[in-house]
Amino acid sequence: MRSPSAFTGDYPEIREAVAQLCADFPGDYWRALDQERAYPTEFVQALTEAGYLSVLIPEQYGGAGLPLGAACAILEEIQRAGCNGGACHAQMYTMGTLLRHGSEQQKQRYLPAIASGELRLQAFGVTEPGSGTDTTRIRTRAERDGDHYVINGSKVWISRTEHSDLMVLLVRTAPRDAGAKPSDGMSVLLVDLREAVGQGLTIKPIRTMMNHATTELFFDDLRVPAENLVGEEGRGFRYILDGMNAERILIAAECIGDARYFVDRASSYAGDREVFGRPIGENQGVQFPIARAHVQTEAAAAIVQEAARRFDAGDDCGAQANMSKLLASEAAWAAGDTCIQTYGGFGFAEEYDIERKFRETRLYQVAPISTNLILSYVATHELGLPRSY
Amino acid sequence: MKVLVAVKRVVDYNVKVRAKADGSDVDLNNVKMAINPFCEIAVEEAVRLKEAGTATEVVAVSIGDKACQEQIRTALALGADRGIQVETEGAVEPLVVAKLLKGVIEKEQPQLVILGKQSIDGDNNQTGQMLGALTNMAQGTFASEVAIDGDKVNVTREVDGGLQTVSLNLPAIVTTDLRLNEPRYASLPNIMKAKKKPLDVHTPADLGVEPKAHLTTLKVEPPAERQAGIMVESVEQLVDKLKNEAKVIS
Repeated sequence: MRSPSAFTGDYPEIREAVAQLCADFPGDYWRALDQERAYPTEFVQALTEAGYLSVLIPEQYGGAGLPLGAACAILEEIQRAGCNGGACHAQMYTMGTLLRHGSEQQKQRYLPAIASGELRLQAFGVTEPGSGTDTTRIRTRAERDGDHYVINGSKVWISRTEHSDLMVLLVRTAPRDAGAKPSDGMSVLLVDLREAVGQGLTIKPIRTMMNHATTELFFDDLRVPAENLVGEEGRGFRYILDGMNAERILIAAECIGDARYFVDRASSYAGDREVFGRPIGENQGVQFPIARAHVQTEAAAAIVQEAARRFDAGDDCGAQANMSKLLASEAAWAAGDTCIQTYGGFGFAEEYDIERKFRETRLYQVAPISTNLILSYVATHELGLPRSY
Repeated sequence: MKVLVAVKRVVDYNVKVRAKADGSDVDLNNVKMAINPFCEIAVEEAVRLKEAGTATEVVAVSIGDKACQEQIRTALALGADRGIQVETEGAVEPLVVAKLLKGVIEKEQPQLVILGKQSIDGDNNQTGQMLGALTNMAQGTFASEVAIDGDKVNVTREVDGGLQTVSLNLPAIVTTDLRLNEPRYASLPNIMKAKKKPLDVHTPADLGVEPKAHLTTLKVEPPAERQAGIMVESVEQLVDKLKNEAKVIS
């Protein structure tokens, strides 16, 4: 149940409509999926049909062509309603690499189908078992063989691969020490998963503490048509980098939604639950932590909004994107912790959904970038401190 | 065929309403408002008629202050073509609403008018019927099915004994029941298009109506709190309690 207060923030009509859609996917829908570790197919279908996942695709390719701020509003409301956008948020932004760096032919071929939902592009293959965030050390190679690239290697923590038709994949096309910089020699390939699985690509799901469809990928002489190269060979690292700001800002917006969900639930429960003959929320020991969680959430939300504004204005937003993700993920975590404390034992009971949301929001201090790496970025790039690695 | 649908801004059905401390009204301060669910069903039905090629234009009308334009936009996002707001202040009672709608009908000349059977705030269930009386148009209330048949409309009504189907001459008035349809979600492209659709504002004076109050609310109070239940030991004890304590069986 959402709080009875009016919608906060911009795009009120979009927020209202998203909340209405989400109301048809209540807690018991998500609890059943959580038990089975199953994918929310019906929910994703409803979002797709209503056009929310193509919000960022330009109108000429069949999307709504709205700014990142609108996408933030959508994801925030999904999370605030108790749903989980993590199952499909990447359908919104993974296409950005194609949009910015793909050829006109590739855009014409793929974007309209991605906008309609006919093609799902929500897998983004970068991380490897041996390289983590040290992306230049990836070892998955693609070698040119006539009209094809032949791919060998492996990837890990690649989300939604089993629920995607296409994947944006980062590979080495030249050794790390062959170019002027370690980041040279990497390329982006668009892999058609419908053809690849069983033909050189094996997908292995990884069971995690929450219902998030993440996988490990193994490439064994997978052949990908050379025409699926995005942009120029060897320049892939730059193409991947500029999609990351959008991803961080959108996930920060999801965390704001989570935080508001927890604050809504905690304040509503504290107002209703009576112990010793009065609502527990009358005790400042109960109300202050909720108020603090709200303050922390609003502060983080302001930075998320600023990051989205800079992104939409085309200004440099690396620092704001990183800082907003850090602040919002921590605000969500603190609000979740306060919510469980407010609910007491009931916070642990599955039927209250708090523990599920608590597990789900923990991810965002680790993915898509760890808090440590954000602090490292801020220290070296914003404060001019020496690089630690 | 032109279809007119009425939409009302009401407190959202998910909100737990509270009475004001002075008992004068329900406390609507900072409360989420939404389109009345029965009105949403009315909009959906009109849009379906348009999609089926039966209706050519769907006009959504709301009566209230500027805020009700939000609900008109919601109707436009669901597929209505244009909106009309009749600007009023404060609460308007069903008879005034019916008179204002009659004014809009005279201007717009729709063949079919679809309204919710009632709004979930006042639960009066009067406007559609009053509008029928004022306009002398045929009315089919509590509709669970609406089928246009030439210059008639067949309306299946949910009545106490079951279902009753009436055939009305057009132009006619239909009020919706819960089972008429399941409204769609507004899609993102349609929400964006709705912002550009025309929305005209009229005053009651434009429609030749002077809003008058015939009713005064004396007191608004929450329902009595329910007492906690008890577990009974046996069927005999249950029957005894139902007979002698609750006095619901004899």
